[in-house]
Amino acid sequence: MNTTKRGFAYQLWDFFCSLRLSIFLLIGLALVSIIGTIIPQGNPPQEYLQTISETKFKLYQQLGFFDMYHSWWFILLLYFLTLNLICCSIKRLPRVWKIISEPVLVMDDRFETSLSITRDVKMTGAAASIKDQIVSFLKQEFAEPVVTEVNGEYHLFAQKHAWCRLGVYVVHFSIIIVFIGAIIGSFAGYKGYVNIPEGGSISRVVTRNGKAVDLGFAVRCEKFSVAFYDTGAPKEFKSLLTVLENGQPVAGKQNIPVIVNEPLTYKGVTFYQSSYGPSDEGASYHISVKNRKTGAATQITARQGERVALPGGAFLSVMEGTADVRPFMKDFDGPGAQVEFTPPGGQPQPFVILGDKYQSFNEQHGGDLVLTLASLDQKFYTGLQVAKDPGVLVVWLGCALMVVGICMAFFMSHKRLWARVTDGSVTFGGSASKNPAGFELSFDELMQKLNKG
Amino acid sequence: MNALLFSSTLVVYVAATVVYLSYLVKPRDVLGRVGQGLVAVGFLVHLGFTLNRYLVAGHTPITNLHESLSFFSLAIVGTFIIFERRYRAAILGSFIIPLALLILVLSIGFSNGIMPLNPALKSKWLFVHTVMAFLGYAAFAVSFAVSIMYLIQSHFLKKRRLGSLFQKLPPLDILDEISYRCLTFGFPLLTFAIISGAIWAETAWGTYWSWDPKETWSLITWFIYAALLHGRLTTGWRGRKAAWLSILGFVIVLFTFLGVNLLMSGLHSYR
Repeated sequence: MNTTKRGFAYQLWDFFCSLRLSIFLLIGLALVSIIGTIIPQGNPPQEYLQTISETKFKLYQQLGFFDMYHSWWFILLLYFLTLNLICCSIKRLPRVWKIISEPVLVMDDRFETSLSITRDVKMTGAAASIKDQIVSFLKQEFAEPVVTEVNGEYHLFAQKHAWCRLGVYVVHFSIIIVFIGAIIGSFAGYKGYVNIPEGGSISRVVTRNGKAVDLGFAVRCEKFSVAFYDTGAPKEFKSLLTVLENGQPVAGKQNIPVIVNEPLTYKGVTFYQSSYGPSDEGASYHISVKNRKTGAATQITARQGERVALPGGAFLSVMEGTADVRPFMKDFDGPGAQVEFTPPGGQPQPFVILGDKYQSFNEQHGGDLVLTLASLDQKFYTGLQVAKDPGVLVVWLGCALMVVGICMAFFMSHKRLWARVTDGSVTFGGSASKNPAGFELSFDELMQKLNKG
Repeated sequence: MNALLFSSTLVVYVAATVVYLSYLVKPRDVLGRVGQGLVAVGFLVHLGFTLNRYLVAGHTPITNLHESLSFFSLAIVGTFIIFERRYRAAILGSFIIPLALLILVLSIGFSNGIMPLNPALKSKWLFVHTVMAFLGYAAFAVSFAVSIMYLIQSHFLKKRRLGSLFQKLPPLDILDEISYRCLTFGFPLLTFAIISGAIWAETAWGTYWSWDPKETWSLITWFIYAALLHGRLTTGWRGRKAAWLSILGFVIVLFTFLGVNLLMSGLHSYR
């Protein structure tokens, strides 16, 4: 009973230590990750039902395909990978540690044959004097050697960058740190979204899970502005935000410009510029109305959707408008509005009016009147992504460790040199943990230097 | 100026491709040297084109498919020059240069206008993130080409067809080593690109990871190459098996780069 139990534990340990499991998990994770890039994630059910049948929908829902990267089986695969790399590291680390801390100091004949690079060099003098020469040479050109005397022969050993062998384990460890950061974020943080109209403020955020979170402070949107390139493509979205504590602005957190790539952080909560739109209030349009015959001009102000009486019995309502028509009308700029003009006793006529730069354009419509859009006051709301993630710093720590570990593991090599000194000759041996061809070149250079010196 | 530099690059690469392909048919050393010279000239002109565009646009010129395909091609040629010098194997050019040319030709298919930057791209991470990603992709591309050479060479050995091409192709263990060396550059670069992307996403989108198709596919690429690197630690995953996996890896790289941009919508849909 006891032996089978122990046998099972060993089998389990071996299973989690195996490199085959790592490869299986890596390829498995790669394959299943594809699902979530083909099936859209997190859409409302109606949208899925438009493209797939109900049985398929239910099946996919059961399998968690609509939020696949948070499904139990995907998380389980990640836990297996973590367990696997912990076990692999525990199993292999002591062996690697031994190579670093207890290096082979003496190159005997058997060890020599196991090395891929060896050279014999003839030198004049007795073993002891050659030894001193080689020691100072290695100290200068490579690293300080350890000298061991065995039966009148001197054995020298020198090494460089031994600790880079730990790089792999630093990377493994860093992945665990990143996972820990992600777990902290998922339990202690939240992500949400708010719209704040210009002049308005909020103190609660509804998270993606539908929970309302009290911020403990308020954020006011002082102003929102959007700028466009000549092509009509958006150039910059900018919100001016003020943080309020108990209704009072917080010093140093007033009128902070928030643009994409430059968020505002206060008390661990970060606000990111994400979207914008016209606020519910609608815009006010300042329109100048000129009589074609008399030349008499008046100014009127119309709210969006409001029906306004014009001189001479006509009516006007503004359907919608924009401060910059470039994205909608090629070769035009400035303000523009879609209006519905009703001449006295006539049918409503829809058309577009522009700024005073485009008089001839505006003169095409309006019967007896010429309508020009002088300006508009557009009120916007700003759409902000709100996130609190106390795990982010842990994730960055993991990433930094990963960069260090990867540099150690891929760009550095543990180089070792042995020398056996006898009367009149030295035998060198060398090995490197990476790029043996490159090491052989530098090994030969070292030998040439020794011959010249 | 920009258009002239681009078409000059194209002409030189076409010439280099012709020379390297004839080298494949008739492996004369002089052809290898001519190809080498042409590639060096082509690379410099191409680099000039890229720098000129950087100055004209005022930002890293890797913001749409035209620019990124061109930079990908430049990175492949640069990586090729380094490896060709190191391993003194002109025949590498017969496989890599046509690939670089093909990618540059593909870039013609996309609008070459210099577009103003959209707000999300206005960041100092644009340079770091895109350059790392494409240098990594280039290393994977060279590994892909070398893996194909490996499979051809091992086919020759199996069939005992030891002709002139066999003589020119490096021995199997050297090809395996070059392919592996490429991965030891490609994998770290891909990792750095993903990390810098995460930092950028955190400041731009408010989350360091959002399972956007581009993020997910770059992670898939990372998983595959991680599997390949770990596979090499066990016996039996070197040589042919590693070559096939490297080819598969590069197909996934191409999908991560082009497939995601063209077929999937997401935060990275830059055309």
